[in-house]
Amino acid sequence: MSIIAITILALCAIGVTAAIILYFVAQKFKVYEDPRIDEVEEALPAANCGGCGYPGCRGFAEALVKADDISNFNCPVGGAAVMSHVGALLGHEVKAADPTVAVVRCNGTCENRPKTNQYDGAASCSIAASLYSGETGCQHGCLGLGECVEACNFDAMYMDEETGLPVIIEDKCVSCGACVKACPNNIIELRKKGPKSRRIFVSCVNKDKGAVAKKACNVACIGCRKCEKECPFDAITVENNLAYIDYNKCKLCRKCVVVCPTNAIHELNFPPRKEKPAAKPDAKTVKPATAKTEVKDAPKAEPKANDSKEETSDNK
Amino acid sequence: MLKTFSIGGIHPAENKLSAESAIQALPIPQMVSIPISQHIGAPATAIVKKGDEVKVGQLIAKSSGFVSANIHSSVSGAVFKLDDIMDASGFRRTSIIIKVDGDEWLEHIDRSEELVKDIKASKEEIIKQVGDAGIVGLGGATFPAHVKLSVPPGKTAEVLIINAVECEPYLTSDHRIMLEKGDEVLVGTQILMKALEVNKAIIGIENNKPDAIAHLTKLAANYNGIEICPLKTQYPQGGEKQLISATIKREVPSGALPIEVGAVVQNVGTAYAVYEAVQKNKPLFERVATVTGKSLKNPSNWMFRIGTPVKDIIEAAGGMPEDTGKIVGGGPMMGKALSSIDVPLTKGSSGLLLLPKEETARKATKACIRCGKCVSVCPMGLEPYLLMVCADKKDYERLEKDAVMDCIECGSCSFTCPAHRPLLDYIRLGKGKVAQIMRARK
Repeated sequence: MSIIAITILALCAIGVTAAIILYFVAQKFKVYEDPRIDEVEEALPAANCGGCGYPGCRGFAEALVKADDISNFNCPVGGAAVMSHVGALLGHEVKAADPTVAVVRCNGTCENRPKTNQYDGAASCSIAASLYSGETGCQHGCLGLGECVEACNFDAMYMDEETGLPVIIEDKCVSCGACVKACPNNIIELRKKGPKSRRIFVSCVNKDKGAVAKKACNVACIGCRKCEKECPFDAITVENNLAYIDYNKCKLCRKCVVVCPTNAIHELNFPPRKEKPAAKPDAKTVKPATAKTEVKDAPKAEPKANDSKEETSDNK
Repeated sequence: MLKTFSIGGIHPAENKLSAESAIQALPIPQMVSIPISQHIGAPATAIVKKGDEVKVGQLIAKSSGFVSANIHSSVSGAVFKLDDIMDASGFRRTSIIIKVDGDEWLEHIDRSEELVKDIKASKEEIIKQVGDAGIVGLGGATFPAHVKLSVPPGKTAEVLIINAVECEPYLTSDHRIMLEKGDEVLVGTQILMKALEVNKAIIGIENNKPDAIAHLTKLAANYNGIEICPLKTQYPQGGEKQLISATIKREVPSGALPIEVGAVVQNVGTAYAVYEAVQKNKPLFERVATVTGKSLKNPSNWMFRIGTPVKDIIEAAGGMPEDTGKIVGGGPMMGKALSSIDVPLTKGSSGLLLLPKEETARKATKACIRCGKCVSVCPMGLEPYLLMVCADKKDYERLEKDAVMDCIECGSCSFTCPAHRPLLDYIRLGKGKVAQIMRARK
């Protein structure tokens, strides 16, 4: 009996001594952590996507708390709402950043860009890109092996089997940039979402000379500079045989879309997304042969009329 | 017991179908496309423009740095245009396209077949002439030869090793050069010895070429300091480090060059080109390539002018068989599939292999079962299964620590993997990324 009592007493004594030592050790080595870090982390969307440039939401929260001025920080997932909340928590001014979204700048579908050979190597875009210029005549475009889709953590992308190109589901895209980093050919770009998700961009990254680009792909940008001349806002620059639209200058007038002889400039969500392909093919089907001028002039009138309508509705 | 390298290696089916076929001259095409980047290092700078008349052997693109090489016209005619065209690398690159008119050579090139044994040029003159002639390693790696001959200060070369291994299955171009141009190869070897100031050269030949071993051994008796070293047939014995290990039993340290152990390795084709450049004033504008394949009518060896389209050489060998699934530039182990038959043959084209469909299709990849076969065959002592995972997971620090840069891309791991895993594809990708990171750090 006494052995049991001694055992219990001895254990209790050890426990109490250890607790006292631990208390003092904990006091001595206490690390102060700003409680605001937890608060800010709580406010962030917990997507841990790295779109802000920091390792996860915790890392971003630490950086935000440490910073004196958070106007250059942006959480692409949470957008303006989250950032203003964070700003309120930390007592900083926050500029509302324009929401962005990923766009695929290649329209080299199986139809537009016929295959010239067959790739049979490991199913990875980076491997294919390091080996050769791809299955088609275009050495800049989408390789179609879906590394971007694999990189997406938000199920916001899928490969369209018919076209062989990745498709971005706008509602799900949080603009974290994972796909942009994954693509070895730099096809995907984060662009300003635009009012009512309306945006115009050059859906091509081919820097080859016009004839080479056109031979490889029906809808390649041939660097003809028509759009550059047409743009009233100087938003378009042509460099290395490739046009680029600056989304900060673009006023969505769509004049460039009309003049593009290869339909390389895409407009999104002007008429609702589904109708867009229906509106464009007319131009596409007329285009190929000789009737260049017809194409240029004929559809010009109609969309222009639309144009003004759209713009007014924009302002509402 | 024959010598071979110390670790790893495989022995794929040899398939040397064209070993009996003597080297023939390929007819000159009507149009040649000569890429300005046919070597490792900086691309050459074109010095001709559209409309210029050129002769055979005329310099058309100048070396643009120390590690770069001159490029000469392989035909006579007029420059048609300079344009970006698809070449054997699989990318579009600048090429000089020449429309052929006759076959007029520069006058100072000695076109006679007569053997010139006497080496008049001094060490410096030899290195200069090799550089001027645009000679690159003709084994396939296309590293500019004059760079290898310029021994860095503080290092001394002790021995020259001539790589006549031709360990790639199917290829026989080096084999035929040894049989038909044995004396020229040996004089070339002596020129290289003079340039390096060494008095010993070893020619390593695998024992699947007994006729070449016998022939060169007989001829070598007339030359000082050249030793023929028969080697056990084992892939990748043609790798520089493997060949050094096999012939002189020295191991080149990780990340170092062969000169670290006193060796310089040159290909047997390079030795022949050096002979022609120094003794005959002939720059590198033609070389020998093997066209081969099991279904091909006439597997054979051809001396072709650089810039000749691939389809010409296929035509010469009896046309493309119907069951062709892949055309590989180079040998089956390290060669690269071509994406078009219009690409030009270049200085690095040692062979062309037409594989039938059933042999080319990749088999479905299965999970790694950790059998360790890739580890046991890796001639560099690496762990390919692990490197593949690290490359896939983008763990570049680990890749660098595990010496991914030592990989010679021989493909033994992929060849041997029972789960058909694309080991080399991923390792090569990781290697590229690590190289980028290392360059950025410098």
